[in-house]
Amino acid sequence: MDFSKLANLAMNDNGFVFDPNSGYSYTSNETGIYIMKLLAAGKNKDEIREQIMAEYEVNEDSFASDYEHYMLMLEALGLVDF
Amino acid sequence: MVTAPSKPDLSALDITIAVTGLKTGDNPQPGVPVIRSIRAAGFKGRIIGLVYDSMESGIYLDDLVDEVYQMPYPSAGAEAFLARLEYILGRSKIDVVIPTLDAEVILYIRLQDELKKMGVKSYLPTEECFLLRDKTRLATFFPPKGINVPDTTLISEASQVISAKDQFPMMIKGRYYEAFKANNAEEGLKYFYEIEGRWGLPIILQKLVPGDEYNIVIVGDGEGGILGMVPQKKLVITDKGKGFGGVVVANPELDEFATKVISLLKWRGPCELEVMRGFDGNYYLIEINPRFPAWVRLAEGSGQNQPAAVVLKALGQEVSPLPPSKSGTLFIRHAEDIIADISVMGEVSARSELIRR
Repeated sequence: MDFSKLANLAMNDNGFVFDPNSGYSYTSNETGIYIMKLLAAGKNKDEIREQIMAEYEVNEDSFASDYEHYMLMLEALGLVDF
Repeated sequence: MVTAPSKPDLSALDITIAVTGLKTGDNPQPGVPVIRSIRAAGFKGRIIGLVYDSMESGIYLDDLVDEVYQMPYPSAGAEAFLARLEYILGRSKIDVVIPTLDAEVILYIRLQDELKKMGVKSYLPTEECFLLRDKTRLATFFPPKGINVPDTTLISEASQVISAKDQFPMMIKGRYYEAFKANNAEEGLKYFYEIEGRWGLPIILQKLVPGDEYNIVIVGDGEGGILGMVPQKKLVITDKGKGFGGVVVANPELDEFATKVISLLKWRGPCELEVMRGFDGNYYLIEINPRFPAWVRLAEGSGQNQPAAVVLKALGQEVSPLPPSKSGTLFIRHAEDIIADISVMGEVSARSELIRR
């Protein structure tokens, strides 16, 4: 997967995301922003799972399911390429 | 020699600048924002507004222009235009003129030399270059040179709309103004007659490219290069299709596309490109408007004072490339009521001029 577009996004802590390439803007919750920032920093799925499970009360199955769903959403928005 | 980018500074200029197109409102003209940007560059000299209509709202702003003169409509021809200009120059000098309306630009281009002899300088493209960007010629000039333009047909009979019924939805456009999306041939016919009535023939039938639209304000140097370029995506669009809000984007592919268009055209002066990034991943040139757009203050706000650069170029001064624009800079148009005395309107209506200072 190619996450390079995420590195160009402007994200603030209130959940506002601006894509300077397309001019589109989005809103995300705190966890979504956190995951996008980790992806933009080059972290892989395992590293992200470790960090999320350390900070949030979530089990491995729930994480895997939500993460896949989130990736599909980012792909539909053209922010990641499979 | 490559010079470092810098902001144009007009604070030392003691000249008079004339600007056209002072109407704001629901279909805003670019004159008011052009003047605001010139003032923002420190310009303290005189500014003259050239108007066609006593109801152009910028006339009524106390702090915008020092003098206003009503001009004959471009359709009145060069003779009437020059006679009026001679009258104005008898009252006040004009060192630089910036025309901002599509229908008048060709007149200013054709009269560039005469105007120069009268001491009035401008920074405009050649007539040949101007005609290449005509809506009726885009689709023949650019595609062989590697710039995509949506499939375009010039039509002069309503039956041609019916013949194209299987290709709808399509864009249907007047040669100079107006563009509508027609979802089917019936809508196409309705727009055909509306546009024919207002703007005449031919009418342009253009394949609809699904995608995202971007607008780019550019000042070309006349040799294929650019002095500045600011791309935006519209965020607020009125029912007339006018952008009342937008944000500066940073997209290298879009920049490359626009740079290529200007290098092929060798455009001199201000222009606005309308570009679609199709969902097929390709970029398409939709239109080239031969003047600053009404949203040009976004260029100044994002770091590129393009109107100020045009003033300096018109004066024959060297201008360094403008600094990069700051992506994420946003504009949103805000309408306010101007309160004035009826005598202001009376002055312009009765005397076709207004001397404020």
